[in-house]
Parts: sequence; C-alpha cells; structure tokens
Amino acid sequence: MSIRATNVTKRFGDFTALDDVSVEIPTGSLTALLGPSGGGKSTLLRIIAGLEQPDSGTVEIAGEDFTELPPQRRNVGFVFQHYAVFKHLSVRRNVAFGLEIRKRPKDEVRRRVDELLQLVHLDQFGDRLPSQLSGGQRQRMALARALAVEPKVMLLDEPFGALDAQVRKELRDWLRRLHDEVHVTTVFVTHDQEEAMDVADEIVVINNGVVEQVGPPDELYDRPANDFVMSFLGPVTRLGGKLVRPHDLEVLADPDAGTVPATVVRMVRLGFEVKVDAVVGDQELWVQLTRSEADRLAIAPGSEIHIRAIGAVTPAPTGAG
Amino acid sequence: MAGGPPSVGRRGAAGAAGAAGGRRSRLGLRIVALAYLAMLLVIPVGLVIWRTFENGVGPVLDALSDPSVVHAFKITGIVALWTVVLNTVFGVGVAILLVRHRFPGRRVLSALIDLPLAVSPVVVGLALILVYGKFAPVGGWLEGQGIQMIYALPGMVLATVFVSLPLVVREVAPVLEEIGIEQEQAAWTLGAGRMQTFRRITLPSIRWALAYGVVLTLARALGEYGAVAVVSGRLVDKTQTVTLIVDERFQNFDQTTAYAASVALAAVAIVILIVINLLRPDERAS
Repeated sequence: MSIRATNVTKRFGDFTALDDVSVEIPTGSLTALLGPSGGGKSTLLRIIAGLEQPDSGTVEIAGEDFTELPPQRRNVGFVFQHYAVFKHLSVRRNVAFGLEIRKRPKDEVRRRVDELLQLVHLDQFGDRLPSQLSGGQRQRMALARALAVEPKVMLLDEPFGALDAQVRKELRDWLRRLHDEVHVTTVFVTHDQEEAMDVADEIVVINNGVVEQVGPPDELYDRPANDFVMSFLGPVTRLGGKLVRPHDLEVLADPDAGTVPATVVRMVRLGFEVKVDAVVGDQELWVQLTRSEADRLAIAPGSEIHIRAIGAVTPAPTGAG
Repeated sequence: MAGGPPSVGRRGAAGAAGAAGGRRSRLGLRIVALAYLAMLLVIPVGLVIWRTFENGVGPVLDALSDPSVVHAFKITGIVALWTVVLNTVFGVGVAILLVRHRFPGRRVLSALIDLPLAVSPVVVGLALILVYGKFAPVGGWLEGQGIQMIYALPGMVLATVFVSLPLVVREVAPVLEEIGIEQEQAAWTLGAGRMQTFRRITLPSIRWALAYGVVLTLARALGEYGAVAVVSGRLVDKTQTVTLIVDERFQNFDQTTAYAASVALAAVAIVILIVINLLRPDERAS
C-alpha cells in the first residue's frame, strides 16, 4: 500500500523536527529515510505509525486519511531500534501477540506463528525467552511479530542500529531478500548511507526537518541535488571550490589540459585502494586511486602530481546547500 | 628486567600486609554493624518473644483468644485489606501518570506523594478530623448521607492510606521508567488497546515492584499507630486495632496480652516479608 505524507510539520517545544514535509512512498517499495541524527526521519516514521501526532499535515495509507487514527487501528508493522521485545513472553507468544489480540482461532495462530518463525529462521527458538536470544535474533523475532498481523506497511526505525557490524550486514541482506519474498511496502530509517544504498530501492534524504532529495540510490549518488546530499551519500573532497568525489579525480605525472599541480602529503593503503592526501596551493584535498595506478605514477610523499576532475561532476551548486 | 623479581616480592609483602589490614578493618566494621543491629533490633525483639513465652504457650493462646483481641485483629485485617486495595489502584495509576505523561503540575504531584513521609501520623489524624469530623463541612455532609468517617472504619482506612501513600508509587515508578514505553508502543501497533496493553504488557513488567509495594503497604497498615489512634477514638471492641490494644493492655499492666498480640502482629509481618523475598530471586533467575 502506498504511503503519502502531505505538508507534515512537527515541533517539540522550540525544536522543529519536521518542517512542511511531503513524501510519497509507492506500493511494494523498499524505501530508506536517510539523514543525520536529529534530522527528523524517525519522527516522520513515528507519525506514519501514529505514535506521534503531527502539528499539521496529513498522512494517508492506501489513499485513506490516517491522520486522526490511533496506532491500534492503522495496521502498520513497527520495528524498534532496541527491539521492544515483550520480555516476559516466549518467542512464540511474542510473535502470536497481534493475532491473539485479534482473537484468531488457536490452530490458525499456531500455524501462522510456525510459518513466520521459519521465515525468520527462528523455528528452533520458539520456546525461549527473548533474553536467551542474541541481538540479531531478537530483531528477527520483532520483524516476525510485526509481520504476523499482515500489516499494510512495515516501518523500521533504525532496525540494525544496535547490532554489531557483522550481524548488521547479514540482516541487511536478509531484509532485502525478505522484502523480495513478502512484497509489503517497507520504510526504514537509517543514518548509514551505505545501508540505505545497499538495501533500498528508493532513498528519501531528510535533514534539518526538510526533504533534501528523493530518488533511487544511483541517482542520488551521481546527481545529488545539493552539496549536503552529495557529501552525505559518499566521500567528497574539494577541488577549486567545487565538491567532487575523490574517485572522480584523475591524477597525472605531467601537466595536461585542465590540470592543477599538487603536492602529495601522505598516502594510506587500504587494501586494493590508495588514499592520497595532497595540497593544491594552500587547499587540502584527497584522491582515491587503485593500487596499480598509484604504483604506475610512482607517488610518494613530497612528489608533485597533476589533478583534474573527470566523469560525473555535480551540476555547479547554483546557490543550493 | 633485573629489578623485576625483588620488586614483585616487595609488592607481594606490602600487599599481604595491606590485605591483613583490610581484613582487620572489615572485621571491625562487621562487629560494629552487628552490635548496632543487636542493640536496636535483636535484643528488644528477642526479649519480647522471651517474655511472651516465659510461662509456656498456654497463656499466650489464652490471651490471643480474648474476644477483644480477636476483634482487634479483625479490625486491623479489614483496614489493612482496604488500604492495600486502594493503595494498589491509586499507586499504579499515579505511577503511570507521573512516568508516562507530561502535564502542568507534575512536579507538584510528585512532591505531594512524598508528603506523608514527612508529616507526623498524629498530625495526619488531626487533619483528617478537621476535614471529616462530625462538625466539619465535609464530614457533616457525609454524616447526612449516613456515612460516618471519624471514629469509624472509613476514617481509619483513610488515615492508613494517607500514611502509606508513597509506598506503591515509589516502588512502581522507577521500574516503569526503566522498562520504557517501547514495549507498550509495540503492543499498540499490534492492535492492543490501552487496557489490553496494561494487562498484557505493563502489569507483568511491574508485577514484582508492585508486589513489593503492596507488602510494604501491608506492613505499614498492620503496624500503623499514630494516625489511627487519633482517628479511631480507640473504642474498645469497635475501632480498636491490634496496635491500639497492645498499647491499652500494656498501660493496664496486662503484659501477657500486650506481648502476645505484639509477637503475633510481628510474626505476620515477618512471614509476609520472608515470602516476598523468597519469591523474588526465583523470578530473576528464570
């Protein structure tokens, strides 16, 4: 089901969390709300779920106005960063919770819970208490619990934020595959651009309570609407006052058309890539090279190189940002 | 590392001396603590028990089956029961209000909850008479409706509820704070209404804090003297509670009954405390 938030504003005291935000999320998509902490993305998600009331604006799900509806009647699945497991209930009872509230027949509940536990690979753990699960398992349980009631949309608030790097990566892939299986419209909040690029079909960049840009990951990366989006979505450096991606800089041994001279300050080898810190005049910048390029150019601290921008360059920031 | 081993040796010796000193000071501390407890608690209570059973169990049973004593236990039981019920409902309600809601006057309410700890129970009793006495406006109106507050059970319950007001709130509120609101919000998004969420999620999470608050309330209600003494009028066989009868008999040199009733009352309180403390670790382990 599609989600549409229109002109949503939300203030907490003096702080404006969302300032006249409008977003449309198409049916069946997997969308990331991406932005720095405190930018308003979680607030938007919680407003969609009905856990917060907007000061003004409307929320529609599947074309129906949900703005005044309490969370109990929205039928959205919500997954919290810190899992929000029901500590005193077994994994099975956690997953069954929504179905028990809906007074479904016992054998239907049992069947559905079995199905879901299988889907999230927890079929062995049904009788355990949440405290006996790892963080990743708890979050999968929370996902199964939210999916149990066949929600119209799934909303995930920094779902992997409390997990360590390895588990986070696994769950990310797993969420992607799960979405491809279940096809429910899913929105997740993250401040990790790599996570957003890796998992989402569509990214909504939110900063300071406003939407900066909406689009598929590639488009945001290659054609950022402004400097903020550009620097938030990937590495950037500055050449001649313009933001460029460090891998979009060409390094030559000799001067050529459009190059500027630079002096190498430092080199760091990170596996196959080499990060070169240099100064152009009194401006610092850095360039990302492959190892073989760096070897071919025989770069060392102190050597002179010539740099120019290639490939996709941001459309000149026309006062934006 | 030529200087290594000797320095290790020296450090070892110094450490041993330090440990011995520490052991000595810990032992000293323990003796002081035990002596303090003995003077304060163990010797007096032990003496009361000893004096009670000085002449065997027979006189004690006789004293406890005195109709006035039986009646006093009944009155104490009724007052304690009502106090526990009211304090549980009110305590949980106020704890939720204080922790889960933001409203003007919240700090004032929070401060008022602790007031009964600061005010002497006798003052509480007198204050209640001022409001609910026969010749006070509120009390007079209630009298007109056929409800007698002062020198009757309702006033005694009111006084006991007042003095035990913070006990449930102050046990439950920190636990509510600690568990946070997310479990409850998760329940809402799964379709559970406020009452369902309270019954299925909140209540199981706070049940041990609540149980502890109830036990403290019960203990306070069983032992309350000052406020009840003022409000009840000490009417023998009518509004006389166990603590009141203990005092009355003691003043009248009927020490056997006074001690017997005291020990019985203390025994009830101790049994309740032991039961709750036995139950609690089980819960943590599971």
